[in-house]
Amino acid sequence: MNSILVIAEQRRGELMPSSLECIGAAVELKSSNNSTVIVAIIAANASEFVSQLSLEGVDEVITIVSPVAHFQADFSEAAALSLINDRQPSLVLAPHSVDAWGYIPALATTGNYGIASDVFAIRYEDGNLIATRAAYAEKLHQELEFPSYATTVLTVRGNTFKVIEQSGNPVVSDFAAPAVDLRTKHIEYIEPEGGGEVDITQAELMLSIGRGIAEEDNVEQFAELADNMGFTLGCSRPIADNGWLPKYRQVGQSGKTVANCQVYIAMGISGSVQHMAGMKHVANIIAVNTDPEASIFSIARYGVVADIFDIAEELETHFE
Amino acid sequence: MKILVPVKQVAVLDEDFELRDDGKDVDVDFLDYELNEWDDFAWEAALQLQEQHGDVIEIVPMTVGPEEASDSLLKCLGKGGERAIRVWHESLQDSDPAVIARVIAKVAQREQADMVFAGTLASDHGYSQTGVSVAAELNWAKAAVVSKVNISPNASCIQVNRELEGGLEESIEVQCPAVLTIQLGINEPRYASLRGIKQAKAKPIEVLSHTDLGLQDSDVGIAGSRSRVRRMVMPAKGQAELIEGSVVEQAARLADIVKQLRGGV
Repeated sequence: MNSILVIAEQRRGELMPSSLECIGAAVELKSSNNSTVIVAIIAANASEFVSQLSLEGVDEVITIVSPVAHFQADFSEAAALSLINDRQPSLVLAPHSVDAWGYIPALATTGNYGIASDVFAIRYEDGNLIATRAAYAEKLHQELEFPSYATTVLTVRGNTFKVIEQSGNPVVSDFAAPAVDLRTKHIEYIEPEGGGEVDITQAELMLSIGRGIAEEDNVEQFAELADNMGFTLGCSRPIADNGWLPKYRQVGQSGKTVANCQVYIAMGISGSVQHMAGMKHVANIIAVNTDPEASIFSIARYGVVADIFDIAEELETHFE
Repeated sequence: MKILVPVKQVAVLDEDFELRDDGKDVDVDFLDYELNEWDDFAWEAALQLQEQHGDVIEIVPMTVGPEEASDSLLKCLGKGGERAIRVWHESLQDSDPAVIARVIAKVAQREQADMVFAGTLASDHGYSQTGVSVAAELNWAKAAVVSKVNISPNASCIQVNRELEGGLEESIEVQCPAVLTIQLGINEPRYASLRGIKQAKAKPIEVLSHTDLGLQDSDVGIAGSRSRVRRMVMPAKGQAELIEGSVVEQAARLADIVKQLRGGV
């Protein structure tokens, strides 16, 4: 029978939440594709994840025991390749995560599969798989098809598909992956620098600055404004990379997700996918940018097309 | 030790644009081009290694693209390196990242490169596939999203940091030869000097086609791709309520909105 395979991910013993979203996507698709849903987990302690992955609609959970405790690209690639050979799924879903970036494209090349990354919509038309992803810095969407590939691998954008809450009763089995040469070796994890009393994941009110502030000397003005307004100062990646603000204030995929934020003011932030991953869920986003075409306006509740310095200066007078 | 740095000339959409007649891409008349930001960091990483270790490290930028893409190579050569490679043929049009990776791998073999430094992703389509596919084509080790590189020339392995989600990093050892995909912020890309920009124009750019690299027409373009664009669509526009008026009026309205929303928290 046709199947959809989800490759779940874990890090340091914790299941990555994006894996559950992939399962949600697979279960959503199974009826239109008339297939079973198989979820595989690769980990040294793979069996410990079985109950978390046993969700309604999942037909089988497969544990693949890894010889190493941490993500290793060669092993993940070889294990996935071997499992796909064995089960012949027509569709393979994995999170669009840093670890997936490290082996999924190689898997598609080695296995001769169709592939698309950062996909946020998946459907079948007349039995043909169609995946939608962004193009041209999110300004357009492209629909992709994969003719002539028996198996297609998609990495799935986070916060797109619903997680299934209801548990199920899948068959559980173990799959022995082939031994391969492991060409990288984990040394250690390096924890992000702590922010002391500043924890932007807890902040309810945020004012974030981006490239639009142009110079380091301009940071102070916005720091004062945020302070006067009672907002926590955040930033996009370039500001942290330049060392203008500490990394713990960075919002986005490689920074922090502002999980508790209620009001988010983005000043001079155009809105890269990576930044939006950390804040697009906020109910009240206010964007100030000179570029009316900036992506940030597409997710904002309120937009101001203006010079951020002019607006900041005027805004000051209202919050003294 | 030779490091190949594949760079991409990324397309930036004009404010107003039209699709091609087949609806599968934007009409090229409405595109501007620039060097992919990630690749600027990858090239800088190669430049810094060369400065650190001297001539034992050779660095070569390459691109897959038509003649206009030479601008990106010149931008690299303005900062360093002695020569560059550009691969193009009309049958490479509409190639997906899997095809681009196939071409880059062939160049790496032809150059007998020891390392490939690719950008983690490109700002136009954000595939984040090419570098890691190159590693598979070459059967080399790979490390994606690299935020720190520590290399001794001719050592059998190198140490790099991978940038994971949420600011966590992982330090790993990677066997050589290897492909690294380089992340933003790994260094501070320099600006080319006027002298450098002038000198770059005299540096050779070798132009190759896919057949020079031993690839067939069926290996490239749509035929060789692992995905095919069915159509491009305009996303539903977000519904941000635009605050109009003079700056004074905009700021006043903004202040009201903020005070009202803040009160609810």
